[in-house]
Amino acid sequence: MINLLTNNWNEFISGFGWTLLSSVLALFFSLIIGSLFAILEVVPNKFVRIIGNIYVEVFRNIPLLVITMFFYLVIPLYVVKINGFTAGTIGLTIYTSAFIAETVRAGINSVDIGQMEAARSQGMTFWQAMRYIVLPQAFKYVIPPLGNQFVNLVKNSSVLAFVAGFDLMYQGNAIASQTFDTINTYIIVGLFYLIITLPISYYMQHLEKKLA
Amino acid sequence: MSMIEFRNVQKYYGDFHALKDINLEIDKGETVVLIGPSGSGKSTLARTVNGLETIQDGQLIVNGHNIGEKSTNLNLIRKDVGMVFQHFNLYANKDVLENVMLAPRIVLKLNEDENKKRAMALLDQVGLADKAHNMPSQISGGQAQRVAIARSLAMKPRCMLFDEPTSALDPEMIDDVLNVIKYVTSQGDMTSLIVTHEMGFAQEVANRVIFMDQGQILEDEATDKFYNHPTNERARQFLSKIIKH
Repeated sequence: MINLLTNNWNEFISGFGWTLLSSVLALFFSLIIGSLFAILEVVPNKFVRIIGNIYVEVFRNIPLLVITMFFYLVIPLYVVKINGFTAGTIGLTIYTSAFIAETVRAGINSVDIGQMEAARSQGMTFWQAMRYIVLPQAFKYVIPPLGNQFVNLVKNSSVLAFVAGFDLMYQGNAIASQTFDTINTYIIVGLFYLIITLPISYYMQHLEKKLA
Repeated sequence: MSMIEFRNVQKYYGDFHALKDINLEIDKGETVVLIGPSGSGKSTLARTVNGLETIQDGQLIVNGHNIGEKSTNLNLIRKDVGMVFQHFNLYANKDVLENVMLAPRIVLKLNEDENKKRAMALLDQVGLADKAHNMPSQISGGQAQRVAIARSLAMKPRCMLFDEPTSALDPEMIDDVLNVIKYVTSQGDMTSLIVTHEMGFAQEVANRVIFMDQGQILEDEATDKFYNHPTNERARQFLSKIIKH
């Protein structure tokens, strides 16, 4: 196994790098987009709420692979040329943001309504009340489920392999088909995923304890 | 000059007629107490004044602004109308001092030094300056309610709404809170609308008492007259039941 690792070190590391980059980008943007749609789902305006709801329900209920294929095949055809890495990361971001929206919305709803009322009664706007009072409390509630979403996101980034995203899974497939040492190759790939996901799990647990 | 004026106000929750044809005028500087059985619409009435509840018909003028109109900026009215809630609703993610300072900072854009000086003075007034850096979860209900009053006063409101401010408190805590409210209402130009079950307190602070039942105002009298000779039969019943205990 050590030989397999050292002989293909560059491929593994490059795959690991693209997986890490895709995960970090998708995590960052899906958190922002997801939180935004979570708020859209609770604003007073009914029309805006419906838009938020449609977004979440559509992207939450389509397989990640289908969303990713759409960005990989359809977007370059009609809009703009993008490579597999970009298409995969966009797909991953949008898919994950729908789940994050649901998670954050649940967190917002678990904050006592009196908090929003008190803030509004003092003349704060809806957005100010959200920013200073409701969201900080909501995020405390959603740290554990959010941690799950982040870990899922890293694992789901393996979808990049299907659209030539040069990620860890893609490199693993390539190495396995060259060396025929499939079992060891995928064990190494799995270990590399753990290098990203375990620290996230631990950090989330730490955060949960700190804020509790 | 009236601070709050209801003209034929109607409020519905779906099919339920919560406020029935409310006509009411509260002058600047007046202290008005609102009593009645639970479910009579007293809290709902108080909450329409700062737009936490919308009205479906009629006119509601607060501090010169028409609440019912779509174009009215409710945030402008709310700057001048403080509200104290039954369950305090202190900002759970902020300490006591921040609870008092937050709205003046982001709504009134008060500068930080001035804001802090005023907040500490207000906390001192309600006897809680030593709790400035405690979180809301670390203080008692009575203390929380006094902080909530200080928080409202920090906006320098012209009018205060108290929505059952002592109903969620231990009996021992009630007096401290009532004393603070008494002090607030005694400030010359402060207009106050108080929803309460504390009849003794009501008699002491109110200029007028309003009795509501089933979404209607049944009695609106000067305090002495109300306590001695309530004209409405239902109000008489209510009063006799409450005062017996």
